Formats: sequence, C-alpha cells, structure tokens
Amino acid sequence: MATNTAAGGTNLLKLWPWVVVPLVAIVLPFIFDSGHAINLLSHMGVAIIFALSYNMLLGNTGLLSFGHAVYYGLGAFVAMHLLRSINDAGGEGLPLELLPVVGAGAGLFFGIIFGTFSVRRAGVVFAMITLGLGALVHSSSLMFTDFFGGEAGLFGYRDEAPSLFGVDYAPSRNVYFLVVAWTFIAAILIYLLRKTPLGWMANAVRDNPERAQFVGYNPTIVRFIQFALSAMFAGLAGGLFVITDEIVNDEAVNALTSGAVLLGTYIGGIGYFIGPIVGGTLVTFLESSLSTYTEAWVLYFGLMFIAIVMFAPMGLVGIVHTQYLSWKAGGWKGNTGARLYILLTGLVGIFGLICVIELAYHYFRSWDPSAPFALMGVTVDATNALPWLVSFGIAIIGFGLMLFHGNPMLKRKLDAKSDGGKA
Amino acid sequence: MLRNKKTGLFTGTMIGLSMAISSITYAQDGPIRISYIEPLSGPFANVGDQGLKHFRFAAEKMNEQGGILGRDIEIVAMDNKQSPSESVQLIQRSVDDGIKFVTQGNGSNVAGAMVEAVDRNNRRNEDNKVLYLNYAAVDPALTNERCSFYHFRFDAASDIKLEALSNYMKTRDDDIDKIFLINMDYSHGQFISKRMKELVDEKGLDAEVVGDVMHPIGQVRDFSPYVSRIQQSGADTVVSGNWGNDLSLLVRAIDSAGLDVNIYTYYGGGLGTPAAVGPRGEDKLHQITEWHADVNVDEGLEDYEKWFQEFKERYPEIDWYYHRIYNQMHMLKAAIEEVGNAEDIDAIAKALEGMEFDSPTGTVTMRAQDHQILQPMYLSVMDTEAKYDADNSGVGFRTVANIPVEQATVDTTCDMRRP
Amino acid sequence: MLETIAYSIFNGVLYGTLLFMMSSGLTLIFGMMGVLNFAHASFYMLGAYFAYTFGLGTGFWVALFLAPIAVGVMGALVERYGLRRVHQYGHVPELLFTFGLAYVIEELVALFWGTVPVAYKAPAALNTTAFTMFGLDYSWFKVFILLVAVAMFIGLWVLIKKTRAGLIIQGALSRPDMVGALGHNVPMVFTLVFAFGCALAGLGGVVGGIHFVTDPGMAFMMGPIVFVVVVLGGLGSVPGALVASLIIGILQTFFLSVNFSLADSIGALGIEDSGFFGVLWHMEATRIAPVLPFLLLVLTLIFRPRGLFGKREA
Repeated sequence: MATNTAAGGTNLLKLWPWVVVPLVAIVLPFIFDSGHAINLLSHMGVAIIFALSYNMLLGNTGLLSFGHAVYYGLGAFVAMHLLRSINDAGGEGLPLELLPVVGAGAGLFFGIIFGTFSVRRAGVVFAMITLGLGALVHSSSLMFTDFFGGEAGLFGYRDEAPSLFGVDYAPSRNVYFLVVAWTFIAAILIYLLRKTPLGWMANAVRDNPERAQFVGYNPTIVRFIQFALSAMFAGLAGGLFVITDEIVNDEAVNALTSGAVLLGTYIGGIGYFIGPIVGGTLVTFLESSLSTYTEAWVLYFGLMFIAIVMFAPMGLVGIVHTQYLSWKAGGWKGNTGARLYILLTGLVGIFGLICVIELAYHYFRSWDPSAPFALMGVTVDATNALPWLVSFGIAIIGFGLMLFHGNPMLKRKLDAKSDGGKA
Repeated sequence: MLRNKKTGLFTGTMIGLSMAISSITYAQDGPIRISYIEPLSGPFANVGDQGLKHFRFAAEKMNEQGGILGRDIEIVAMDNKQSPSESVQLIQRSVDDGIKFVTQGNGSNVAGAMVEAVDRNNRRNEDNKVLYLNYAAVDPALTNERCSFYHFRFDAASDIKLEALSNYMKTRDDDIDKIFLINMDYSHGQFISKRMKELVDEKGLDAEVVGDVMHPIGQVRDFSPYVSRIQQSGADTVVSGNWGNDLSLLVRAIDSAGLDVNIYTYYGGGLGTPAAVGPRGEDKLHQITEWHADVNVDEGLEDYEKWFQEFKERYPEIDWYYHRIYNQMHMLKAAIEEVGNAEDIDAIAKALEGMEFDSPTGTVTMRAQDHQILQPMYLSVMDTEAKYDADNSGVGFRTVANIPVEQATVDTTCDMRRP
Repeated sequence: MLETIAYSIFNGVLYGTLLFMMSSGLTLIFGMMGVLNFAHASFYMLGAYFAYTFGLGTGFWVALFLAPIAVGVMGALVERYGLRRVHQYGHVPELLFTFGLAYVIEELVALFWGTVPVAYKAPAALNTTAFTMFGLDYSWFKVFILLVAVAMFIGLWVLIKKTRAGLIIQGALSRPDMVGALGHNVPMVFTLVFAFGCALAGLGGVVGGIHFVTDPGMAFMMGPIVFVVVVLGGLGSVPGALVASLIIGILQTFFLSVNFSLADSIGALGIEDSGFFGVLWHMEATRIAPVLPFLLLVLTLIFRPRGLFGKREA
C-alpha cells in the first residue's frame, strides 16, 4: 500500500483551503435550500468525519477494518440515550452542541475495550476480528432491546434540548451549520494528528512493523492508540448523526455501514488527507441520488469500486493528483492531446456501458420489456436488437480505442520524449 | 488546491443537477402525487416492486374513471433500501417536491421511523404537511402508544390478526391441543409470541403452548433443527408470523420431515411463498388475511374478479394480493373529494377518520380513535383446487372461515394528539 | 435428550458437510495465494444458479457436473483478468477487489435471475424418504449430500497427497517462492488453483442451493460463516476446514435444538430480564446459535490465530 503523505501534505500546509472550504460549506445551503438538499449536505458532513476516522486506520496505520460501524453506531446510541434523557427532563441538561462529544467518548470507550485484543496483529487477522466483532455487535443490537431499541431503533428530539448559543435546532439549516462546525473541528484534529510523532509512527508501523519495533516503538501500542482515536472520531460522527436524523437503529452498526465507509474511503483515495473527504461526500451523494435515477445503482457502485481497485489504487484524488503533478512537471507537453483522447474515449466507453446496463435492467426487470423506454433521452424498444447493438458498439469502440489506440499512442509519445531527453 | 476545487465543483454541479430535476413545481391542477417509499433495490426489491405494481395499477384504473376531483393520481416510486433513516430522507424529499401523501408498508421498523418523521415534519413545517398511509406494517404500537393523527393503517394490526385467529381456533378446540410458536426474532415475532400465549388463556382455548421459539430474521437456511423441536414437543398446530423465505423454508422443512401439523400464518400467500412451498402446503398452510383471490369466486364479486383478472393480464408473473391497497386508494379518493382539495392535509385526515367504505368484502371502517381500519377477515388454507392459484404456483387458497368485523376488533389505548 | 443429540449430530453433520464444500476451496486459495476471497460465497451462489439453469435443459445429473466446471471457468477468468492485476498492489487491494466483486456478482445474479428465489429443486428420485429417525423423515437427497461431501473430501485428499499436481500445490502452500524457483509457472498454478477452489464452491452451491434456497441473498448469508470455518480450521488447511465445518455445524444445530437458558437451568436467582447481564442470563440458546460462529471467530483469532490445524499464522 504505497502512500503519498509527503506530497499530499506539503500542498495542504498552505492554509487557504482551510478557510475557503468552510466558507463554501457555509454558502452551500443558501444555494441548495430545499430541506432534502440540506439534509444531504449534513449527511455528507457526517460521512466525511466517519471516513476520515476510517482512514486513520486504513490509510495511516494500514489496518483494514470491516467493522468500523461498531464505533460509529455505539457512539450514536449512547448519544441518543443522552438526548432522550435530556428530552425527558424537559430540555434540561447538556447543550445539543456538545452531544457529539458524548458520542466521541462512547466511541473511545468501546475502541479501548475492543482495541485491546483486536490490534495485536495487523492484516487479515485484524480484518477478520473486526468482521466478527461487527457481526457480534450487530446481532446484539437486535437482542439487547433496552439499549438498542430493537429493530425499530430509538428516537429523540433535537429541538427539545438546550443550546449553548440559543440557536433553535428545529430547522435543518441550523443543524447543518453545527455539522459544518464539527466537521471542521474533527478534520483539523485528524489532520494535526497525522503531523504528530504518533502519526508518523503509525505510517512506520504500516510500512514496516519490524523496523518500527527495532527503533523502539511497539507496533501494537501504536496501532492501539490509532485504533482508539479512530473509534473516538467515528463515535463523534455517530453523535452528530443523532442530531441530524433524530433516529438511530441497528443500521448504524451493521455490515453495510461498515462496508460503505470502506468503499467511500477507498474510492476517494486512502493515501491522501482529502481522499476520505471526497469519497465520503461522493458516496453519500450517490447513495441518496443515484438510486432515484436508476435501479442499477448498486451495480454501478460495485463496478466503480472494482475499477478503482484495479486501475487507480490511489483513488479518485490519486488520479487527479498524479495527473496534476505530471502536468506541473511538464509531463503533458506534446502529449496533452493523447491524454485528452484517452479520457474522451474512456468516457465514450463508459457511456456505452451505462446504456447496456440500463437496457439490461429494463429488459430483465420491467414487466413489459417492449414498453417504450427512455434511454439517454432517446426512446427505444429494449426487445429490439438495434439499441443493444448501438450501445454495445459505443462501449466497444470507446474502450477499444482507449486501450488499443489511445494507450499505445500515449506510451509512444512518452517513450519518444524520454528518448529525446536522453539524446 | 486543484483537488479541493475540482471536487467542490463536481459535487456542486451534481447537486445542482439533482435539485433542478427535483424542483419542478406542480400546479394545483397537476396530478395528485403519492410517494411510494419501499425497497426497490437490494434483497427486498421484489416485495417493493410488487406493491408498486399494485399501486400503479390501482391509480391507472382510477384515472380511467376520472381520477380524483378530475386530477390524475400519480405514484412516485422512491427506493428506501429497506432502511428507516433512508425513508426519513425520502419523506423530506417528498415534502420538498410538494407531495402530500406518502405510503409504505414493509417493515414496522421503517413504519415507526416514518411516523416519527411525518409527525416531526408536520409540527415543524406547518405549510407542507404530509399524510402517511400505511398499507402493510402491522406493529400494534403504531395505533396504540405511538399513534399519530397523520398515520392511517389499512391493514389489520398484528393484535387484530391474532384476535381473529384465536377466535377461529376457539371453534376448533377439538382439533387443537398443542400449539407451537415459531417466530422471527424482532418486535413483530416477539409480539406474536407474547400475545398468542396471553390469548390462549384469555379465550379459554382448550390447548397449551408447548413450544415458543425465536429465530433470527433471514439467517436460518435450514429449519430442520426447529422442525425436530416441533416434532419432539408433540405439537399439532404451529403459529408463525414469518414472512418471505423464513416462511417458505419453514414450511418446506416441516413437509420434508413428514410432520403432520397445521400451520397458521399471516403471510402464507405473500409474494414468493406459494411458489416456494407449492403443493406441499396443501391443507396445512393457513393464512389470516382481509381477502384472497377465491373470495371473489365464493362471493360472486364479479367486478372485483375483473379487476383481479386485468391485473393478471398486465402483470402475468404476479397476482393482485393487497386488497387493502384497493381500500386505501378508494378511501383516500373519497376523503379528498369530501374536502374538495388535495392540499388541506388536516381536513383530509379528519375526513378519513371514522370513514365507512363499501369494500367488495363488506363495510370497512377507519376507526377515528386510532386510525386503524376494521374489516372482515378470512382464514384460508392452501389448496391446489382453488380457482386462482397464487403467482402461477399451482396452489391457491380456499376459505376455511369468514371472520366478521366484530371478531376482528381489538380495543386501542391510543391517546392521539390532534391539531 | 438422546433424540436431541441424535438430531443435532445428524443435522449438524449435514450442515457441516455443506460448509466444508464451500470452505475447502476458500482455504486452498488462501493457503496458496494468500488471498482471502470475499467473493467465494458468490461462486457458491453461481454454482446453484448455473445448476438450476443448466438443469432446465439437461436435467440435474448433467448439471451436477457442468455447473462446477462453468463456475471454475468464471473463477479462472476473474483470477486471470482481475486478481492478477491487483496482485501487484498487495493483499489488501486483493481483498478489496473480491469484496467489490461480491457486490457485483450479487447484482448481476439478481438482474438475470430476479430477486425472488428460483424454483431449484432436487430430482424426484432423490425426494423420496430414505429412512425415518425418531419420527422424522430423511430424504435420499440428504444422504446424497453426505455422499457428495465424502467423495469430495476423498478426491481432494487423493489429489493433494497422491498426485504430482498435489505435490506442487502442497509445496506452494508452504513455500510459494520455492515452487516458482523450481521452474513451475506460478501464475498459471495460481489461476488453476483459484479456478479449482471456485469450482468446489460451485459444487457446494449445486447441492446447497437445493438444500437451502437459491436466491441472490444466499452469498451474503453464507459468506461470513465460511470465513469462520477457514479461520477456525486454520487458514490453508483442508483437514482443518473439515473439522471446523463439522464443529460449527454440530454446535450450531445443537444450540438450535435444545431448550436452554442460564435462567432456566440454574434458576432466575432474582435476576431481572433487563440490563446486559440480565438479558444474557435469560437468553435462550436458540437465539444465541446464529451468533455462535462469530464468537468462535473472534475467540480463535485472539487466542489461536493459526486456528486448529493451521501451520502458519493468518
């Protein structure tokens, strides 16, 4: 797992993104002012914290977890219990703004407990332990109904809790600003943690545990601390989720939630600080929006993930970053056309593939496959051969040109360039 | 910081795009839209898809008759992936889109979250209220301790089904001696297990409960161990609230072990079950429902039989199953027409309260106190000779007993907050 | 009690042999390639669906052979064009690749065969009662499952211990680098082993799909349990997988078959049925059974990460 902390870091040392991004985040709800859009934005914030916390394990420490939702969910449940007790007390008690801290505390608590026996080994053993723990906690969530509220879950009211600043948290926009604030705080903390000796040791333990041990750092302890802190931030995200959704149920601790954060983080790019930010945002957006446009969204999701794992293990951010570095270093000179050509043919291929998948879904899933079907703005009959041939044709031509024309072309140009350089 | 900007730009454009599509506003004379919030992807997609076909068909039939107040009915399908929190989002989306009615039925956990979300929205967002029409979630809490003014249930609640079932079992006191309860381990199954044991005493059934087992939802692939327990207990009757695979597998395991017991279920005729069970369930598998296909034949309901047949022509692979969707859609129509518009949710809810409707199976009443429908029920058993088989499985259902409304009624503890 | 034990053992062995059919391939693949194939249960699912589809045309007996072969070919393609590419990035991306693959296969199966279970049934000849034990009938099909599993175990054992191919596999299990150094085409061996492992899972699917149910959820259901088996048995150990399958099968069935909770047997002792320990105290064994494999998984990994028979640590 090659990582690029140094390169990702130097850029980020510049402070201005830390000002611009929150400003943009604050403006966003005024542009997209429907309730659903604001909720979506809030969820993105929660997903960003959760994904960042996950990357403390996967990206920074090299620990692949299949059960990170455990800490997110337990944090959410504990925060929810507190919110309910505040509701029951008639709105007296801890201010709502600090509820995520309670979630974080719960995450840390369970992180410490489960961490003591999870982190002794990395790799597959760790992955399997987290898988087992995830399944155990999820099953318990349906058994211990006092704490988890059974499959119906627990409800609370965010507007029946005191506020530090006298804000009314009934409107979702006000909640969104709270989410932005917490996301910002969590992002800064996680970023700074990467810059501490602990962060560097985590990288060392990831890359070469023996050597780290030789230098005098116990890998188990480094992993343990990272694990507990990561669980803490996951709990923070869970606590925040309680405020945005006012409901928490077994979903919060299940395997799908654990899987989604893994997918999102990896798609974004585990080697970069902003990878999980991009991934969390994107996955949240796709999950909520893609499904309204197409039945095939799970398939697209899976294919995208596989494509990233196979062709761009550094994630989306990695693609942009490597291209950017190459462009900056003048690597694009004389071959910009070839690069654009590959991009274009690739997009054409993807377009064709999407047409094929949509046709297939219509053909196999619809009660009447011959019903007129709007494909990319064209009404077609899926029982006819023509739309299939055209779609397959576009896909094959697109990918074919990319693989057998574009790629060799770029390679030739690059070779010619390096030869020229030598000469 | 090219990376940050690019992402922001991308996200922004995508969000903008989706907003532009979703914010097309509809005029007052546009269609009356109902959000259908069910799983349309994932393992439960088939269930959601079947319900959607029912609603689309009912809407189409009613639109042929002039719709509601001359406006068409439009069903807006939304995929909740069987997730409560996703469903809450979709209610928000419906509100944003100006949709006033949401309907849902699969999963009492989802229903519980939806009641909360609808209440919350109607409290915080007085100009954009929504009405929640529940066509299948049977958790009694929804019309008892957690009842809401904006929730109407068109299916019989679980306690009502058990009431009807135990009233029937009382008439079979001679045959039923030992009852075995096997249920899915969540509130639905837990309720049946608890309530059935109480009913055996309350109704003075001459029978005892010899076994009470909970199994995890959708995780048991082989029911033989459970069947061996049923066999050891000497039970002659099995009561189960299982649905889907958990029911098909149970019935198949009972049959393949050669066990001779009567099985009383809620969902014996539900999607996929008749096909999975097949003739093995004949004279064994009972269901308690508000209607089944052969009721039309038995009672000479020609119009409704035609409705059933047209549905079959349209969707040959499934059958009209949810009679309550018929009731729900027609009662909603009556309420909206009484009020004169489809926007005043409080008035429409008031009109639905206490409404009596002449359903093909008899008069059904929406009880004002808790918004629970009260309707006659049917106890039927799987039969290969039935005129209409379910989902082309070769087996249909034959009525064993008609259960009148009085025997399918349970008092409620609902203390409703009204606007 | 005797009845309960007899049931548990018979049903447990039956369930265990099915688990073994699925896990033997997984443990072989892991032992050889170090890849924990998350999509293994998906190949099991494909086996069931292929057998169902082929069976419509050729009948069950031909499909019994065709389906595993088809699944093996799929496995080979996945290894050759997917895994091999990812291999260069390390084991974690390999795991993630199979993780994504599991999603995609499930979606595609749901697309082509629908989300409702298909009517995949045993041939009529196997549906007759073979014997009756304590008043419950057991069909020939259940006997058939046992026979297939026994044949598979013997076949595997002969293959690994008595043939040249087995020698190479054995060598590669312990020292993959050495095998390469001896001039064997290691990538080719990898492809074949992966295909073979998938075919074994496919065979498990051919019988498991009948015994259980053939729907797109079957892979997701079985996947984690199969992991438990291979971890408990020791990653890479085929006999370990057999023993672990039987242990899990019998233990789980036993828990399901008994009426037991601490409160019932020891007495409530005034402990309320609430709070963490209270609920545990009153928890029925039946309700614990499904969690049992995961408990075993975590305990094994904590106390004996190489499993019962494993030679190396995972």
